Amino acid sequence: MGSNSLHVLKGIDFTVAEGEMVSIMGSSGSGKSTLLNILGMLDEADSGSYTLDNTIIKNLNEKVAARYRNKFLGFIFQSFNLINYKTAVDNVAMPLYYQGVKRNIRMEKAMHYLEKVGLADWAEHHPNELSGGQKQRVAIARALASDPKVLLADEPTGALDSKTSYEVMELIQGINDEGKTILIVTHEDDIAHMTKRIVNLKDGIIIDDSVVTQVRAKSALHV
Amino acid sequence: MNRLFSKDTWGEILEALSSNWFRTLLTAFGVLWGIFILVILLAAGKGLENGVKQGFDGMATNSMFMWSQTASKPYKGLPKGRRYNFKIGDVDAIKQSVPNLRFVSPRNQLGGFRGANNVVRGLKTGAYNVYGDYPEIIQQQPMDITSGRFINYSDINSNRKVAIIGESVKTGLYETGEEVIGSYIKINGVNFMVIGTYKKKSQRGGDPEEAQKEIFVPFTAFSQAFNRGEEVGWMAVTAEDGSSITNLKSQVFDIIKARHSIHPEDDRAVGNFDLYEEYSKINGLFTALNFVAYFVGILVLLSGIIGISNIMLIVVKERTKEIGIRRALGATPWEIRSQILLESIFLTIISGMAGIVFASGILAVVNLAMENVDTSEMMFANPSVNIGVVVIALIILVVSGLLAGLIPAQTAIRVKPVDALRTE
Repeated sequence: MGSNSLHVLKGIDFTVAEGEMVSIMGSSGSGKSTLLNILGMLDEADSGSYTLDNTIIKNLNEKVAARYRNKFLGFIFQSFNLINYKTAVDNVAMPLYYQGVKRNIRMEKAMHYLEKVGLADWAEHHPNELSGGQKQRVAIARALASDPKVLLADEPTGALDSKTSYEVMELIQGINDEGKTILIVTHEDDIAHMTKRIVNLKDGIIIDDSVVTQVRAKSALHV
Repeated sequence: MNRLFSKDTWGEILEALSSNWFRTLLTAFGVLWGIFILVILLAAGKGLENGVKQGFDGMATNSMFMWSQTASKPYKGLPKGRRYNFKIGDVDAIKQSVPNLRFVSPRNQLGGFRGANNVVRGLKTGAYNVYGDYPEIIQQQPMDITSGRFINYSDINSNRKVAIIGESVKTGLYETGEEVIGSYIKINGVNFMVIGTYKKKSQRGGDPEEAQKEIFVPFTAFSQAFNRGEEVGWMAVTAEDGSSITNLKSQVFDIIKARHSIHPEDDRAVGNFDLYEEYSKINGLFTALNFVAYFVGILVLLSGIIGISNIMLIVVKERTKEIGIRRALGATPWEIRSQILLESIFLTIISGMAGIVFASGILAVVNLAMENVDTSEMMFANPSVNIGVVVIALIILVVSGLLAGLIPAQTAIRVKPVDALRTE
């Protein structure tokens, strides 16, 4: 927040095609979260261009950025970021609320996505009554609710044990199988290998960008 | 604006406010207390005003009383220190040449403070004030006719020797249960038939007991019976409602001065008591009192509002992360801002209404308690606020709710979503 600026990213040039599942890796301070924030329009790059679904994202005012975030992007956070005083289903329905969807339709859709992540029975529970894995699944359902083009996940398994991590990854892989583009920031190797492409960042530049063979989380679970 | 009427918007607001009941209640209490104080102060002021003005009840406040004094300047060869009397002709002259006067009542008087016994009935005697009056006087100095009737123009025209006596005169001269109407009393040796009794409402500054010890007889009969001829002791002059007697009285004095050869600048020749001026002073007092009530009430309200603003700031701080999440999910800054603003306004209005209801409840209890008490001798009656004040208070509440929410709402959207999300 100070006046001295720090250049975190020093020239990133890469493209993600529709339907890809990419993980962004790097040690802490390598700029992976900053990259994700710029992609998520939560932050803006000092220079360079960013094109999302043929729309150039540039000089957005907050209102337009909010609309784009709502329409194009779904966020999954390390710390889940659910709203504590809302029930699971209400949390999932939030993006739809900001789209101006009517309440009954909103609830119907939200229930649909909760079912999809296997938490239909927990719809009326508050986040503090859910386990970490369940919370992350609610967050995933919420990210999916607005049917976005891209899912952005910032260390989605960072707060989970490995068994739960794999369960969550299995879910994410399933979503990718349905054709959704997914970007995951992680520093865990095994999680990265569950994606289809790994981009390695170091000190703000891409040092490696390679396609890998995806390890299915389901098989990892039963090892 | 349809956001304002959407069930979802209010759902969000209620959810946010009810997520911390205790804090919401404490916050609301500040405004509740402020509006409560405001309403109670205004009502108490009104009660005091009602109580004091009760003394003027029904009295024609736009009136003055005038009497003749001695000329203080020589004029037209006449010396100073000369005594003079109003004449009956003055009344018509005033009526004709001064516009906008409602009543001009000439009066004559017998007896007075600590006067000698002047009224006799059988074996009983008493000292009473006896007035010769025109029928209009009852509209200038109201009294309740408890039996019989008051003087009318038929009495005036035919010089009837009739009298209306006060309740105290009745107890002084009659046995209890004795028939009063139709009996005779002897005033200064002249018989008058009693045709009515009255009871005066308490007069401001007057002795309520003394006020019942008066006898009213027709002006013409009085003049004839007590040898007054053309003389008029004093006059009660009332102006029309639209104009004030204070502005008209100099015209009245000019006529009197012209008709009685008094120097036009001799201000001491005509004595007067201006009821309207007195009334205006009291009115001014209550205007000031009202001002104080508003001043204090609004300051207390203001502190309540600052309380709300303060709490909303804390709330916003606490909810920075939530606001970040909402923005990541696609809430526009305006949506965030309007939610904070609506929360603040909603809280202010609800607590303000509760304050008004609470205050009205207290007033209702006070009124209920005072219902069975005769308030005529108290300086306090019927405390109330009119609906206009309540509406003003509500407008103040809406505006202040808006103001209270403005700073927190601005704070809420100043934080960048990415920073908001990073807050733990």
